[in-house]
Amino acid sequence: MATAIQTRPPTAPSPGRGPRASGWPSPKYVYGTSAVLAVLVLWQLVAALRIKPAIVLPGPFDVAKAFGQLFSTDAIWADLLTSGRELVYGLVIATVVGLPLGLVIGWYSRLGYLLNPLVTFLYATPRIALTPLLIIWLGIGDSSKIAIVFLMAVFPILINSASGVQNLDAAVLRVASCFGAGHLQIFRTIALPGSVPFIVSGLRLAVGQALIGVFVAELSGATHGIGMLMNTAGQQFQTSIVFAGLFLFAITGVVLTGLLRRVERRYAAWRPRD
Amino acid sequence: MSRKQALAGAQPVRRSSAQGGNGPVAEASTPAGPTAHLSARDVRIEYRAPGSTASDVTLAVDNANLELRRNDFVCVVGPSGCGKTTFLNAIAGFIPIQGGSLELDGRAIPGPGPDRAMVFQQASLLPWRKVLDNVSYGLELGRSMKRAQARDRARELLDLVGLAGFADRYPAQLSGGMQQRVNLARALAVEPQLLLLDEPFASIDAQTRETMQGELLRICTARDVTALFVTHDITEAAFLGDRVCVFSPRPGHIVREVVVPFERPRSQRVRRSPEFLALVDEIAETLYGGTGPLPGEVID
Repeated sequence: MATAIQTRPPTAPSPGRGPRASGWPSPKYVYGTSAVLAVLVLWQLVAALRIKPAIVLPGPFDVAKAFGQLFSTDAIWADLLTSGRELVYGLVIATVVGLPLGLVIGWYSRLGYLLNPLVTFLYATPRIALTPLLIIWLGIGDSSKIAIVFLMAVFPILINSASGVQNLDAAVLRVASCFGAGHLQIFRTIALPGSVPFIVSGLRLAVGQALIGVFVAELSGATHGIGMLMNTAGQQFQTSIVFAGLFLFAITGVVLTGLLRRVERRYAAWRPRD
Repeated sequence: MSRKQALAGAQPVRRSSAQGGNGPVAEASTPAGPTAHLSARDVRIEYRAPGSTASDVTLAVDNANLELRRNDFVCVVGPSGCGKTTFLNAIAGFIPIQGGSLELDGRAIPGPGPDRAMVFQQASLLPWRKVLDNVSYGLELGRSMKRAQARDRARELLDLVGLAGFADRYPAQLSGGMQQRVNLARALAVEPQLLLLDEPFASIDAQTRETMQGELLRICTARDVTALFVTHDITEAAFLGDRVCVFSPRPGHIVREVVVPFERPRSQRVRRSPEFLALVDEIAETLYGGTGPLPGEVID
């Protein structure tokens, strides 16, 4: 009786998936760009029909003109710098505090039990509503605004880092302890790399929340800032300036999220592609 | 050749001097010899389901006796839920025993340790590490080896399990069988005193499984690995083991040890020989036939 099974080591296929069909960008970009263009055209059509006056609904070209007007003076840079500083400081402090705290909460379940009621309470509260309180405590300067951005951004980071650690694969953890790994080694070699996808999506959420924080913080007493600029322009019916400010916020969000996606691709390259 | 004759060849084939002195070899409890590597004596393990009351304990293993000498490859078969995996977990040091003794080289097993490596049914590779870094993971935790040295060792083991070209892949890019090869390489990399395998091929397709069994036997023979292999597949146990220990239903203990008379390494052809089939039949009869242990049954 002959045996049918041969013991043969598998051979590695040649690396690389072969070149993509050249000349055409991927469908992802084609579809995305077409959608954006379609919305812009539709918007311009509606605006050009003048159903509403330009002071209520400016078209894309009006907004572009407003951009030009904004960037023709130096005042815009002060606004950008102020808002940017609030955003960056708030996000950085939120990361420095939220990330380690979240990891530790996920790691030590008892600490999680201890802090969960507080975290849940603060997370469920509309934190924007703390603005008056923060202004009383910290004044109307930068610090209260950074505090608001921080409060907005810290929870998504903290909660996601914690659930990243809590959702580690038990089988992988068992392998590590089987090899005699200590707590610190398990944390470094499994908990940390294993939570990267969670952490990055927490940071992405935090960017959106932080931008809300910047805008709201500048509504109540500010000397500079894009939020303040929009607020002032709104009161003066400079609608296209309001739109321009809106786009500045949106662009910031898109750029930061894109950067985080790069980080994710770098540190989560192991995840199977969809 | 009749079945009795096939089993009459049940003299230890490889290390005849080590086992020959014990007379009838198919008894459940052999006296502990001075050469014992792993020795389990009257092991009793109670299992308490998490969250249940103190009185609600299951006696998973009772009176389990087993002895492994160096370079032994012993398989444990038993009905599902008989406590064979619990027994293996106790040897790995994951769960405590409530009675008897469990010793590795004469020392009681204190907990999980790098002297015993475990291969689970799931490959459980670290998905964010490339294949090579997965293989060197145990070495890295042990810290006894420089990084470059550990990577060299890992490369050598990847070669051994036939995955030399896959060092830079991520686990998600490998098939289930290949992942299990990496898992095996990772366990072997730390050069464990004892390799514990818990149904490592249960979730692999039948054909790959047979290939992997041959590979495992080849590797363990070539590297003088001492292995304890838990499975519910009788054919697998008979093909791999020097001895096959049959577990009773819960509370589990070893009702019978059957010595496998085939020289290692074994060719796949062994599976189709009448002697092999007779052996499988013999084990199956012990496993399913009687209602309990078969006292005094001696294969001679």
